[in-house]
Amino acid sequence: MPCVTGDGKPTTSAKKLLESLKDKSLSPEDLATVVDQPLFRVRSSLRELVAAGWIRESEGRYELTEQGTREALDIEK
Amino acid sequence: MSEEVGKLPRLGEKAPEFEAVTTQGTLRLSDFKGGWLVLFSHPADFTPVCTTEFIAFSEIFDELKKRNTQLLGLSVDSVSSHIAWIRNIQEKMGVKVPFPIIADLDKKVGTLYGMIHSGESKTEAVRCVFVIDPEGVVRAMIYYPLTTGRNMSEILRLLDALQTADKNKVATPANWKPGEPVIVPTPKTQEEAEERLKQGYDCKDWYFCKKKL
Repeated sequence: MPCVTGDGKPTTSAKKLLESLKDKSLSPEDLATVVDQPLFRVRSSLRELVAAGWIRESEGRYELTEQGTREALDIEK
Repeated sequence: MSEEVGKLPRLGEKAPEFEAVTTQGTLRLSDFKGGWLVLFSHPADFTPVCTTEFIAFSEIFDELKKRNTQLLGLSVDSVSSHIAWIRNIQEKMGVKVPFPIIADLDKKVGTLYGMIHSGESKTEAVRCVFVIDPEGVVRAMIYYPLTTGRNMSEILRLLDALQTADKNKVATPANWKPGEPVIVPTPKTQEEAEERLKQGYDCKDWYFCKKKL
């Protein structure tokens, strides 16, 4: 998965998305503006971050899971 | 219709949905909803005409972005081949390829979009261009042979014409370029036809009128 490195960590672009979701929930459109990435890439990345268990979706908005919060804060597992 | 071509997309209909592995991750057609998309195919990586086209598409990338339009390429080569090729283009030609490229190894997308024409090649896609609007509808299609590189000015002109038509509810005449007069839609009733020549347009006749935007 392009959002996950070979050692199971988020890639640089994925980390940017995770950090943007710290303490807030955002729509894909909002995220695309915040991280300055095209919307299609954000939508694709969000699917992968959900599959990795780092974010969850609710009513079209995304927020960090506990695991995702740890990744965003770069805390050792 | 041969088996390779299969069902072709039709203008005015929803573009066939797909999910595909690309150089920028797994993408779906629906990921592009809300903006325009130019989906195009090329026969093969590491070939000369295709390389000139990739350089040319890269050069209009910013112009397309200004028009709320993304680019998505496709060939039946693998992701590794795509990555190696675009790195080669950057190293040898000094051009960074900014758009994703579908690795259509199983020809799934190529078949959906009628990209494989056995008279040209039994294995490679011909040079197709699909202009897809923000609602996911196919608005224009171009099919070029393996021998002939496409013209980026025409692709931009086509996009401008479609977006102008949508925004202003007009049509565009042959060879139209932005800034030139557009075609006023033909009257649909006898009453409208009678009124048309009094509406201040530049008319040759009731059915053939232009206006400046």
